[in-house]
Amino acid sequence: MPLAPPITNIEELKSHPALGRLMAWNASVVQAAKFDREELTIWVEKDAIREACALLRDSADCPFNYLCDLTCVDWYPSEPRFEVVYHLLSIPHKERVRLKARLDGSSPAIESVTSVWPSANFFEREVFDLFGVRFTGHPNLKRIMMPDDWEGHPLRKDYPVEGYR
Amino acid sequence: MAQFPPTVAEPGQDGTLVLNMGPQHPSTHGVLRLVLEIEGESIVRLRPEIGYLHTGIEKTCEAKFYQQVVPLTDRIDYLCPMTNNLAYCLAVERLLGLEIPPKAQWMRVLMNELTRINSHLVWLGSSAMDLGAMTVFLYCFREREDILRFFEMVSGQRMMTSYFRIGGLALEPPLGLFEKIKKFADRFPGNVDEYENLLTGNPIFTMRTKGVARLSADDAIALGACGPTLRASGVDIDLRRDAPYSGYENFKFKVPVRTEGDVFARYICRVEELRESIGMVQQALAGMPEGPIKADAPKVVLPDREKMKTQMEALIYHFKIITEGFAVPAGEVYEAIESPRGEMGYYVVSDGTAKPYRVHMRGPSYANLQALAKMCEGGIIADVVAAIGSIDIVLGDCDR
Repeated sequence: MPLAPPITNIEELKSHPALGRLMAWNASVVQAAKFDREELTIWVEKDAIREACALLRDSADCPFNYLCDLTCVDWYPSEPRFEVVYHLLSIPHKERVRLKARLDGSSPAIESVTSVWPSANFFEREVFDLFGVRFTGHPNLKRIMMPDDWEGHPLRKDYPVEGYR
Repeated sequence: MAQFPPTVAEPGQDGTLVLNMGPQHPSTHGVLRLVLEIEGESIVRLRPEIGYLHTGIEKTCEAKFYQQVVPLTDRIDYLCPMTNNLAYCLAVERLLGLEIPPKAQWMRVLMNELTRINSHLVWLGSSAMDLGAMTVFLYCFREREDILRFFEMVSGQRMMTSYFRIGGLALEPPLGLFEKIKKFADRFPGNVDEYENLLTGNPIFTMRTKGVARLSADDAIALGACGPTLRASGVDIDLRRDAPYSGYENFKFKVPVRTEGDVFARYICRVEELRESIGMVQQALAGMPEGPIKADAPKVVLPDREKMKTQMEALIYHFKIITEGFAVPAGEVYEAIESPRGEMGYYVVSDGTAKPYRVHMRGPSYANLQALAKMCEGGIIADVVAAIGSIDIVLGDCDR
């Protein structure tokens, strides 16, 4: 089964309910889209992430009402360094979509989506703990995995695997 | 994770008493710490503190070849190792575009359903014991032992199996395995009746569970609950049926859904799942296809031992895979499957090299734990034990 080449043309992908809804709302927040290995990825302007999430959650024809997962990928040393990744699921329609927001490496911060889904609470704390990405508006942004007095963020690519020297 | 050493008596807000539960409390099923703010016997606030079992598996994965990650996945959710193996293997196989032969798919379903039974038996035994029912625990572990023997037959290991590999299975299932599983599957529904006789109509058990730790459907979705916890609140979703993977579309089964959303509903959902799973085991045994157990991809799948002794190419491929791994085309995949506890997602990012750029596990226990506070607040202390038992938490899955 050879891999099909990814589709990156936004016009071709508009039939997907998530992309169609976002484009109809405000086309300027959609930076790019990609359909690869049967999964749709949408790059969203980072300042609009909370509104985009709320819009998709309350969408009438296909509500993406469940936040499956929230995580981050560190693309060090390239810039923008961080990509915060949101995996959404529509429970009534069994559709999935992946949203991504790109963040700079200097002081990465993005608006929290805990007001949209309370379940984002732990996931955002984990990303804060392990990547050092700040979520503005988070009710309890503290470390969750590592001890409170830990230095550094272990899942960053420049974190020394043998510890600091 | 909280401060180390953990401070026990923080001042409570509005005159409440702060009570520390765990991390060594026997009913927390691992190392979970709960900070309870109580007023009399009722709970005003509950705050889970986790991270005591954090081992940095996601970071370790980035330093391993793709095939070396499989044994690490066993150790995440140690009660359902094969489910973890399956989720990871499916993710990498989708990145590679590999096709898996039918026999390997059916074996995966068979072992996966046995794993589900195994995990549910541990949950049933231990959560019933938390509520004082000792006998069920012993019965459940008796049956679990049989399943662990099957795991030992196929993989040589009882718990950390690593039986599923990228591209298929590690070994051909041994002779006599299917007959033994068949015997077990024929008698197991009787065992489930036995557990139900002890619990379902038991007045003490029903008083401890009915109407306790309720969670509405809207709250369950908003808080990210998944699996039986979500289905017991009336949300009808099961990824095996709704997004079939590994040949689940060939199996017939019902998805038990309840609407009460209390501890008893979660209990009923899981017990029904035990019956459905054993039905799927029967179907897998009856329809097991013949054929190879590994995909035809010599650069990815290790060759058979026998071939290595006679064919030079097999030896070369073996040497290449072991020493330098195999490159995976760049891309990313989020593979979600239905584990005994709910949606288990593996997000694997590849940059085109032989090592994964990023592996993230979405643990169902991690998501379910967030719903615990909503369940318990307003209830009484004694019900916290029932609530923790009912979400079937595994801290290895939570902390990773």
